[in-house]
Amino acid sequence: MPEQLAFTIEVFLNGLMAGVLYALVALGFVLIYKASGIFNFAQGVMALFAAMTLYGIMNGQVPFAHLINAIFGTEIHYFGWNVPALAAILLTIGVMILLAWMVQRFIFRYLVGQEPIILFMATIGLAYFLEGVGDLMWGSDIKTLDVGLPQGINETIDETTFGWFGYGFFIDNLDIVASIVAIILVAALVMFAQYTKQGRAMRAVADDHQAALSVGVSLNFIWILVWSLAGFVALVAGIMWGAKSGVQFSLSLIALKALPVLMLGGFTSIPGAIVGGLIIGVGEKLFEFLIGAPYLGGATENWFAYMLALLFLVFRPQGLFGEKIIERV
Amino acid sequence: MLDQTEGYTTEDGRKIGGVVMEMRNITLRFGGVEAIKDISFDIREGEIRAIIGPNGAGKSSMLNVISGFYVPQEGQVFYKGAPRPPMKPYQVAQQGIARTFQNIALFEGMSVLDNVMTGRLTHMKTGLFSQSFWLGKAEKEETENREVAEKIIDFLEIQAIRKTPVSRLPYGLKKRVELARALAAEPSLLLLDEPMAGMNVEEKEDMSRFILDVNDEFGTTIALIEHDMGVVMDLSDRVVVMDYGKKIGDGTPSEVRGNQAVIDAYLGVAHD
Ligand SMILES: Nc1ncnc2c1ncn2[C@@H]1O[C@H](COP(=O)(O)OP(=O)(O)OP(=O)(O)O)[C@@H](O)[C@H]1O
Ligand SMILES: [Mg+2]
Repeated sequence: MPEQLAFTIEVFLNGLMAGVLYALVALGFVLIYKASGIFNFAQGVMALFAAMTLYGIMNGQVPFAHLINAIFGTEIHYFGWNVPALAAILLTIGVMILLAWMVQRFIFRYLVGQEPIILFMATIGLAYFLEGVGDLMWGSDIKTLDVGLPQGINETIDETTFGWFGYGFFIDNLDIVASIVAIILVAALVMFAQYTKQGRAMRAVADDHQAALSVGVSLNFIWILVWSLAGFVALVAGIMWGAKSGVQFSLSLIALKALPVLMLGGFTSIPGAIVGGLIIGVGEKLFEFLIGAPYLGGATENWFAYMLALLFLVFRPQGLFGEKIIERV
Repeated sequence: MLDQTEGYTTEDGRKIGGVVMEMRNITLRFGGVEAIKDISFDIREGEIRAIIGPNGAGKSSMLNVISGFYVPQEGQVFYKGAPRPPMKPYQVAQQGIARTFQNIALFEGMSVLDNVMTGRLTHMKTGLFSQSFWLGKAEKEETENREVAEKIIDFLEIQAIRKTPVSRLPYGLKKRVELARALAAEPSLLLLDEPMAGMNVEEKEDMSRFILDVNDEFGTTIALIEHDMGVVMDLSDRVVVMDYGKKIGDGTPSEVRGNQAVIDAYLGVAHD
């Protein structure tokens, strides 16, 4: 049954594309976790905040307009200009770096050496705070983010596959672009970590704080750096998701999908985050298509990832690539 | 007596220069525990300075004060003639003070070569931007740093393991890699916390030879902590002796060996 095979391949490809996004969010987690041991619950909200900021800047929104109007009785909402996408992206990167600096300066500087659970709680606080600030700055309405990425069905793939299978695949151009961007991003990050001074310092901090200090690395600087990188990755994820499903609160929930990805890939492994993301993306789509929809009444995508993560927790708690967990007695 | 500015000549005829590092009236407390009690001493250019004393005497604490890991409650550190303001460890490292740790602190996930390369971080100047794009200057700098690292790897005779992940090395080699990383910084002051602890006789002899060679060939000033009295007598030019946080002796190895307080401390004579 060639038709069934063609469907399966199409589902597989779409799963890969969805997985790319999960991988991106998971990557943000891994960056911060490796360097500081902080499990950043706010990663998803950072993606939302970044996307909102980008939208706001592009459309010339006045930040905190609501607040300003309420206090001064004014009626301002827009500056009346539009900022080109690329310039707006650069400005948003600036905002995310500023955010990284503030997070380090006002929160984690005071929590150095604290228990992981306390650091984690701080990021929960950060998540809610950032969500509130985001709404206050840019308004909580649903926004359609369009930075000019191509969207809609890819005709070439549609026609080619029609020639092969007598059935044309539906692959969204946006997903293709997202995948390419993600690949470039990951390659750039790896190059950065391997070959630059700051990248080397980053790896040093991820490995051993004391040793890193002794070779002249400022932990504070590296922590700001990794939060900035995580902010940048969040922005990319935010742009992709925002273009697909609009900028709204649900965007911050992709962080929850990143959790099973991390359990698969391991919390400290960059390749793990990527492979884990792809496996979950493909796995949940294929499972739904082959088993979920025909036999289980559908909607298995909601829980498949978590079930897979549970299995991993039981049988391979360090994940696919994570360092082996050795209890020191 | 020592001359503050002009230095002295060692028994084996090496010229020792002026004061590089001076600790003046250092007191360090942890809660109620006084780990260091009002200690003063100096380290001179080109010499091998040992700090010895029984367990818990405060030797590592002293090294940690010098390298900025601990901040003393009282006293003043002078480096290259100027009083040093309170500094973070990474800032001290950037000033040219490299160190090893009593309990080895290596980057376990990296290869030997990568570990040694991190020792070059303080010498890497090129900024984030040009490095990210691998422009000519950054590439040249990388090559130069790589050369220094390879030279030190050769010097310490660890070429055979240069690509090996550090986590797979035996203890004695790890100690040597840690020394290599510290040396890669081309430090003006090298601090070694028990470089020979836990080694067998042969490894100790190797390490002693390396320390002497480093001092001889690069002229590196070295302060080291060591328990093995034989080793200390062979290696060091001057010795500080600590006991219960106090300095109980300071001088050449032969002077110190004849000091009654030192003999008592090592024989465990009761304190009053
Ligand atoms: N970070 C710390 N917190 C609390 N107490 C400390 C700390 N570091 C050292 N001490 C205490 O200071 C005293 C001196 O310790 P230190 O490690 O300097 O001794 P040492 O001479 O290096 O001993 P050893 O030969 O065993 O290495 C000890 O009583 C120790 O318990
Ligand atoms: Mg010690």
